Amino acid sequence: MFAFTVRRIAQGIFVMLVISFLCFTIQHQIGDPVRDIVGISVSTAEREALRDKMGLNDPFLTQYVRFLGKAVHGDVGMSFFFKKPALSVILAKAPATLELVFISSIIIIFVSIPLGIYCAINPRKILSRIIMGLSIVGVSIPVFLTAIILIYIFSVELHWLPSYGRGQLVQIGPWRTGLLTLDGWKHLILPSIALSSIMLPLFIRLIRSQMMEVLETDYIKFAWAKGLHRKRIWFVHAFKNTLLPVITVGGVQLGTMIAFTILTETVFQWQGLGFLFIEAVERADTTLLVAYLMVVGVIFVVVNTLVDIVYGLVNPMVRIQGSK
Amino acid sequence: MKKFLWFIVGVIIIAVIVVMVTQKKGEETATLGKTLKLAMDADPVSLDPHVQLSGGMLQYSHMVFDPLIRWTKDMQLEPRLATKWELIDENTMRFYLRQGVKFHSGNPLTAKDVKWTVERLKKSQDFKGLFEPFVGVNVIDDYTCDLVTKKPYSLVLSMATYIFPMDSVFYTGTDETGNPKDAIVKTGPSFALNHESGTGKYMVTKREQGVETVFEQFADYWDTASPGNVGKIILTPIKNDATRVAALLSGDVDFIMPVPPQDYERVATSENSQLIAMPGSRIITFQLNQNRRAEFKDARVRLAIVYAINNEGIVESIMKGTATAAGQQAPEGFAGYKATLTPRYDLEKAQALMKEAGYENGFTCSMIAPNNRYVNDEKIAEAVVSMLARINIKVNLQTMPKAQYWDQFDAQVADIQMIGWHPDTEDSANYSEFLVMCPNKETGYGQYNSGNYCNTKVDELVLASQPETDQVKRSAMLQEVEQILYDEAAYVPLHWENLSWAGKKNLNIEPIVNVMNFPYFGDMVIE
Repeated sequence: MFAFTVRRIAQGIFVMLVISFLCFTIQHQIGDPVRDIVGISVSTAEREALRDKMGLNDPFLTQYVRFLGKAVHGDVGMSFFFKKPALSVILAKAPATLELVFISSIIIIFVSIPLGIYCAINPRKILSRIIMGLSIVGVSIPVFLTAIILIYIFSVELHWLPSYGRGQLVQIGPWRTGLLTLDGWKHLILPSIALSSIMLPLFIRLIRSQMMEVLETDYIKFAWAKGLHRKRIWFVHAFKNTLLPVITVGGVQLGTMIAFTILTETVFQWQGLGFLFIEAVERADTTLLVAYLMVVGVIFVVVNTLVDIVYGLVNPMVRIQGSK
Repeated sequence: MKKFLWFIVGVIIIAVIVVMVTQKKGEETATLGKTLKLAMDADPVSLDPHVQLSGGMLQYSHMVFDPLIRWTKDMQLEPRLATKWELIDENTMRFYLRQGVKFHSGNPLTAKDVKWTVERLKKSQDFKGLFEPFVGVNVIDDYTCDLVTKKPYSLVLSMATYIFPMDSVFYTGTDETGNPKDAIVKTGPSFALNHESGTGKYMVTKREQGVETVFEQFADYWDTASPGNVGKIILTPIKNDATRVAALLSGDVDFIMPVPPQDYERVATSENSQLIAMPGSRIITFQLNQNRRAEFKDARVRLAIVYAINNEGIVESIMKGTATAAGQQAPEGFAGYKATLTPRYDLEKAQALMKEAGYENGFTCSMIAPNNRYVNDEKIAEAVVSMLARINIKVNLQTMPKAQYWDQFDAQVADIQMIGWHPDTEDSANYSEFLVMCPNKETGYGQYNSGNYCNTKVDELVLASQPETDQVKRSAMLQEVEQILYDEAAYVPLHWENLSWAGKKNLNIEPIVNVMNFPYFGDMVIE
């Protein structure tokens, strides 16, 4: 296990280096941050002076080495727009995104598992067909459209739920949470439904097909022959083996989910990382962009490591192979 | 394990209840006047009004600071911190300050603050250009000061609308990091970034950049005659157009600006909201680069292009009527406006001109335009491309986000380039100074003239208009400039974008908005 962890950390650092290098190579293509900082009628000389001061005129390698040197000490630079250290800007926004992803994941888990199992057990029932049909529709509607439709129905027409923002927040240490107030929960409902709408159909279909496959295997047939109760066969024996690929896909999809927070957060004016990222791209706030990509890189590496560990816990075969 | 889980759930439920109960208490604290929930497409980039010269920062300045004088709705000047003003010699304008005005810090406003503010403006990267014609301020006594120019200058009073006196005592000294408090810092922390002390109606009581800014009424505000009854403004930036409109329609906010053109009708017809729109002064144009293309040196080709483009059609079909088709740079009400210079569209004439110039078979050229800077910028460019195809000019269009656009624009990478312009001075000459005067690196004139149009007569007239304080004569000069530009088709004018605001029905929006797009929230009445 220790060797595994060390290997993982080494891989992670390598991934970080590659990401930071890529960010630096593309940052000049993103645009000129100075343009956003000054008014349009400011003279070229003034802009050039500012660019010099910000170190944007130095050669690429000088900038990169300077960045790496500071990054080692946890300083990834100052956001041009927020005028604060980029990392602290990101950390301040992270709770919003994490809460959104967390609630969406819960929705996905608690909706997709029962529906998936139901469809696998009763593949021919009308309800199963309806669920499968809807899931096709769901997977093909882009998330921003879902989001706009939700806002239109529940905020503009029905006035049930708020249309934007996080609502009332409570500060607990560095974490600003919306989970402790009624208002915060109301604001969470639409964005988390919108975000989960992309993954939900995928997981229903995945669980269904996986479970149907498992139900055809010999050990399940043997369990039927043994006369076990059907609930035990479905929920204990079959379901456990259904989970394996679902966990793997889930880990990978979590990354996609973070990517989709960019769209969801933009539509709902949700003050999280995705929203921050889009804004940073528009303003060419390169320091913040690099920092964001680094943080997301860290999240990916950590999540994938965790998935591998969980996978080992669920599937003894992996564990045994790993310890050889 | 199960017991432990139940324990955790129990703790969370109790915590939620406790927090909700305590939150309820917090809400009961009363504020002066009524609360306005405001959603704009962006929030102030800093609390320091001199950090950026932009519409957003000036809107902020009008809330938290007060100018010496300001524009009224019908483009007259009205007294604010200066009660009256007079020209005492050709280079000196004397301002008499209002007495008994206090800054948010409690310090009284005196002529020293005005002097200090103008000195700071002359140091600000963004404002120094505008204040270049000024020598500075001479303090006569506590409530009298002279604004002195280097030579006679026609826009002294227009510039005085940009002087928002800052609290010189408050901003003097060093902060806890040892940096001077008056430093103007664009990219890093500074004292003025997070602290303000102006004379305006509102104080910033809470600010989280990009999330929320809360303005609350300053108890000792001098303007007690104003009918305004808004005591608290909660500003939330909502960048996404659809979300901003939805927030208004769902009642989550009271006032939004700007309103996206595609939603004008929806907002106007909704029973809970009202829409106010008026023609603005930002002109959208195309510049035809004469250095890159010999064809564009021929005025007939430029005229043909102007005749081939159906401005009114673009306004009608792409802008949905939310813009005003233009034939010149400055809109009605500006000094250079000439009513006879109307938009031109005549395809046959355009084709004839092309034939006359010897380009009957046309040519191929390139065009760039931004895709997120102006309203419908990309669609407008596409429409123009198809219109030019009718006079056999084949255009290769490339569009890009604004973050990349301006570098490309400056580098003049394409033959035809789009630019929109709003004059910082609210004056006709400003368009010409930046867009059509001969490009000159030393003087800075023609900085955005990527067409490289150069006519010494235009330059002479614009320069002569600067010291001309007789407004009638000055107006004649600037009108002549517009006539020359029109006749020679120096650039391709498209339209002026409309300004728009929308709010709930119980807000009196009409009286507080104006063509500068500085809503005077201090005077807003909520019924």
